[in-house]
Amino acid sequence: MDLIISFATALVALLICLQVTVLLLWIERKGSALIQDRVGADRATLFGGLLPFNLGIVNTMMADPLKLLTKEDIVPAAADRFLHWLAPWMAVFPLFLTFAVVPFGDVLVIGGRQINLQAVELPGGILFVLAMVSLGVYGVIVGGWASNSRYAFLGGVRGSAQMISYEIPMGLALVSVALTYGTLDLQEIARAQGQLMWGVVPAWGIFYQPIAFILLFIAGIAESKRAPFDLPEAESELVAGFQTEYSGSKMSMFMMSDFIEVAIVAALTTTLFFGGWQVPFLYRDGFHFAAGFTVTAPPLVVTLLQIVSFLVKVFVLCWIQILIRWSLPRLRYDQLMAFGWKRLLPVGLANVAASAVLVLLLEGWTGA
Amino acid sequence: MILFWVVAVLSVASALTVVLHGNPVYCALALVMALFQVALMFVALDAHLLALLQVIVYAGAIVVLFLFVIMLLSLEPDVPSPGRYGMRAAAITLTVVLGVEVGAAVLLSEPGSPDPPPLDFGSTRMVAERLFTAHALPFELTSVLLLMAMVAAVVMARRHT
Repeated sequence: MDLIISFATALVALLICLQVTVLLLWIERKGSALIQDRVGADRATLFGGLLPFNLGIVNTMMADPLKLLTKEDIVPAAADRFLHWLAPWMAVFPLFLTFAVVPFGDVLVIGGRQINLQAVELPGGILFVLAMVSLGVYGVIVGGWASNSRYAFLGGVRGSAQMISYEIPMGLALVSVALTYGTLDLQEIARAQGQLMWGVVPAWGIFYQPIAFILLFIAGIAESKRAPFDLPEAESELVAGFQTEYSGSKMSMFMMSDFIEVAIVAALTTTLFFGGWQVPFLYRDGFHFAAGFTVTAPPLVVTLLQIVSFLVKVFVLCWIQILIRWSLPRLRYDQLMAFGWKRLLPVGLANVAASAVLVLLLEGWTGA
Repeated sequence: MILFWVVAVLSVASALTVVLHGNPVYCALALVMALFQVALMFVALDAHLLALLQVIVYAGAIVVLFLFVIMLLSLEPDVPSPGRYGMRAAAITLTVVLGVEVGAAVLLSEPGSPDPPPLDFGSTRMVAERLFTAHALPFELTSVLLLMAMVAAVVMARRHT
């Protein structure tokens, strides 16, 4: 029974990851059309357009992957065949694992059995996310190198330098969050955000660590290699950067890894700064509003509300990332490096120092 | 136990690939593989923090820099470099010395298990407590050493430009 439960939670985590990714594909295409005042993808219709309405979302979600998967797979003659095949897997695989430690709900109690809605309970969850995101670089570097093409190679070199540079502010932001909550466990951090400040405002991480949120969000967008940080792909300079020599299903895997990274950044910021699965005023037995007004709810409903709340927050943050991606122009390479090392890094260090001092002062305050 | 043998065989195989493969990019990737296997060993020993740090620092950053340098220098596979035979002799000598040392350490140490580790062995809290109380001085000295290396690197880069 325990085995089935852990299998089920892992499956739900994987499905959330995959579904968010596929949905993002459609949101990106239609969203970019909305931003640029176009119609966007509307060719795919079910039953040859016999239906009076356009099921665009379903069709685009099915048609795009089908088109990519059935395209011819071209490997350049001078490429390193093995690494050319391996690189997309190296890009996607670690990112799938990241969702294993993201909690999507509180502990659910059914028939005396406690089910933690998190695929893997890991005491060092934050470190695990950092480790897996940092491994995603290999797909870019190896893909760029194995293609044996100048454009792809330059993209791979750019990607490796960029992703290492922006991992540091990301790590510093995570350190200050860990200092605030005194734990590295993502589920415990999400649980700690369930209280209310002054009885009205939910005690979410963004009110404690606003600077860390900005740092993590910027560094996260840089890690996902999307505009304004899309220098490894930079289509006006490098054709398509590290993925120039990729086609068909392999290219779709690189594309998917970008979308998973968007989803990971959204899920991580949701968990650390927006209360994760917390719904304001909702506790284990139902809503407790101000002035003693309560609405009770069965545990299953509470859990469903938590999962929906988590997904809504994730999608809002994904949408903000897509909005940024389609509104800002690309940075120049020296600007990118200067911004990472001369702006984000000092701010991150100062934020860690300030958080440490504040945590110690507050501890002395309450301890004395 | 099965896990240990799988991990052990894989780690030795990937370590040999690092040394013996002709293509530097494959060598670096095999090094990532070897570091992963060692991280899995740490997990089997309940040292989760150490395993994660190993993946973040070595696999996630240091080998990426190795690859970066290999690709920037665009090393050709298997170029015989001058002084290669001297290097080879030195490497074999050092390997033999290390093997003798490890063998002596294993053979001469007392058999039997030491005290069982405490309950939260390897947890972040435990490692941090030991690091910042019992081993605070070496920790700070290491950070000074790293800072010196960083300053030295900047100075050398300045001199050449």
